[in-house]
Amino acid sequence: MNENQLIVNFAPHIRSKVSTHTIMRDVIIALMPALVAAVINYGPYTLAIVAVSVAAAVVSEYLMEKIIKKKNTISDLSAVVTGIILAYCLPAGIPLWMAAFGSAVAIVIVKQFFGGIGQNFANPAATARIILFVSFAGPMTDWVTGYPDVVSGATPLATGTASYMDLFMGRIGGSLGETCKLAILIGLVYLLVRKIITWHTPVCFVGTVFVLSALAGTDPVYAILSGGVLFGAVFMATDYVTTPSTKLGRAIFGIGCGAITVLIRQFCNYPEGVSFAILLMNIMAPHIERWTSSKSFGGAKK
Amino acid sequence: MRHLKGVKVPHLKHTTHQEPVRMSVPPVVKIPMAMHIGAPCRPIVEVGDEVKVGQKIGEPAGFVGAPIHSSVSGKVTSIERMQLFNGRFDTVIIESDGNQTVSDEVVPPQINDTESFLKAVRECGLVGLGGAGFPTSVKLTVKEPAHVEYLIVNGAECEPYLTSDFTTMTTDTDAMIRAINAVCKYIGIRNVIIGIEDNKPEAIDIFKKRASEIDAEFQVKSLPSMYPQGGEKVLIYSCTGRVVPAGKLPLDVGCIVMNVTTLAVLGKYLETGMPLIEKCVTVDGSAVKNPGKVIAPIGASIREVVETLGGYKSVPKKILMGGPMMGMAVPSDECPVVKNNNGFTIFNEKDAIQPEETECINCGRCVATCPLRLMPNRIARAYKLKDVDALKELDIMTCMECGCCSYVCPAKKDLVGTNKLSKALVSGK
Repeated sequence: MNENQLIVNFAPHIRSKVSTHTIMRDVIIALMPALVAAVINYGPYTLAIVAVSVAAAVVSEYLMEKIIKKKNTISDLSAVVTGIILAYCLPAGIPLWMAAFGSAVAIVIVKQFFGGIGQNFANPAATARIILFVSFAGPMTDWVTGYPDVVSGATPLATGTASYMDLFMGRIGGSLGETCKLAILIGLVYLLVRKIITWHTPVCFVGTVFVLSALAGTDPVYAILSGGVLFGAVFMATDYVTTPSTKLGRAIFGIGCGAITVLIRQFCNYPEGVSFAILLMNIMAPHIERWTSSKSFGGAKK
Repeated sequence: MRHLKGVKVPHLKHTTHQEPVRMSVPPVVKIPMAMHIGAPCRPIVEVGDEVKVGQKIGEPAGFVGAPIHSSVSGKVTSIERMQLFNGRFDTVIIESDGNQTVSDEVVPPQINDTESFLKAVRECGLVGLGGAGFPTSVKLTVKEPAHVEYLIVNGAECEPYLTSDFTTMTTDTDAMIRAINAVCKYIGIRNVIIGIEDNKPEAIDIFKKRASEIDAEFQVKSLPSMYPQGGEKVLIYSCTGRVVPAGKLPLDVGCIVMNVTTLAVLGKYLETGMPLIEKCVTVDGSAVKNPGKVIAPIGASIREVVETLGGYKSVPKKILMGGPMMGMAVPSDECPVVKNNNGFTIFNEKDAIQPEETECINCGRCVATCPLRLMPNRIARAYKLKDVDALKELDIMTCMECGCCSYVCPAKKDLVGTNKLSKALVSGK
């Protein structure tokens, strides 16, 4: 036997089957119920928005990595996830080019400019959504409801008139993937069962919104069923890269997101604060991670 | 009882119920003089000397060491420095005469007090057979015997594939009990706990049935099959709830941990005087034709051990001394069986290739998994910056290198490898 043929490397020599690719695949699966709900509530144009957004994300990631001569990472599916999540943040009547523009911003500016997967400090979809809001305030708040009898109107978060059931099933105006709470909850259960996320962030985020809204004298059930709270808590505030890696840190992150969301809703001239809340907490994430570092087994108190 | 975190690794213990096969005497054995923690032994035979089975051929160079004995009868043909998995060391090469004539030195030891007991343990050539290879006589030399409350017997065998400790527990129970009683008597220990993972119910039953034969307070702990249950600090916590502080030894919390096979070898030595010259090794993995267990003389080559079972099924691409979680990859199948070998895991090309590394996505799986509550993700970032202060702050020296972090990492990072390099960086090596 030729001795040089043996591979010598550090242990361990077996690895779990979970990879970045399988994690992203599971997130995509968890996002699918919301897609079904969006098509039912807002019509087939929804599919075009999601397809364009995903395509723009993948193509811009591919081109960007080509230009800066980095290893191609589109096969890890993270760009697909960003594309879907951004599309879900958009209103049903948005021009397709705007969706494509938003996705490209998310991938090129928020993700690749900071070093690509694992390096970006801000959630790409949340940040791109804010950029779209600021750039195209009109189309970004033109909430379309009642497919097939299309009418546009204000978000129920601003009007406060929808029934709990309509809010829960997504039969309201709003962003594509955010309105049907049932679909989001199905996705949440899938993510928890597959151990992709832990309960800490979503529960603390939604719980904080509930408690603080009640304290502020508003209807707490309405507060958590309207707007992007649930979607943000399940799919955006749980993004690994931009949130703390400790369980306690994730709980604190969720509480912070919830608190900022309620502050914006209560005191700002702006109906929805989830994206801003997540972005602000993204900035805090490295600090929270450091504060919540575990004491090692048998180690001295720090 | 609370347990530390870890990973549920696949058990892959295909060879559990196989009878070990005794290997025929190899024509040549290569016995390295470095098979323990501490300075290597000095050969006390010369080229041309006739040696017999059980004859001492290597004398430890210091207190931390264990003598080495010949596993065959025959003639010393050369003493040369050989490249082994752990470095280049003097190796005594003996041509076997095939007779296996037993040396006159092999007589049951006379033991009447602690001193003579420790001398016997030393002369047996015993080292920790769970893998670390720490000289047993050194471990048992305690300054204040009154502080030793527990003897913890490590029967966890948490590595995938390996089943040799199971065989020891189920077939060498007499020898183990003899050794446990001797250790309790001469070191003065009143409590014995044997910790066995619950995937070995037969072994648990045997010790429950024979509890009365142990002359001490005896408990059998059925432990969750959760890697690394057999890690020393982990086992002590699972069995007693005691926390070994960072940088301290089990003795500092009143515990001595001994592997089941170490005890079995000691038990046999007390009866027969035959020192540690052979090992039962598990041979498994995708490149092995007939996985099984082999009783091999120390110094036989891995190739000969595998051939005893019918050889390779496919071209071996990686050979591990031990199991896949902590086993060390060896450079060649001509490497000899050493004292602290408990198995060989041999992979074909497909299993030998490590998956490609991608970027860390800060998922926190390594943090959630580390039994000692370290943060491998932050350690890796600190190592990249060669930030020694941050590495100290992150308690890097606590890492026991169990490999759970690398196992669970979705980016397939070599996290435990980075930990090893970080430890070297901090300790200035």
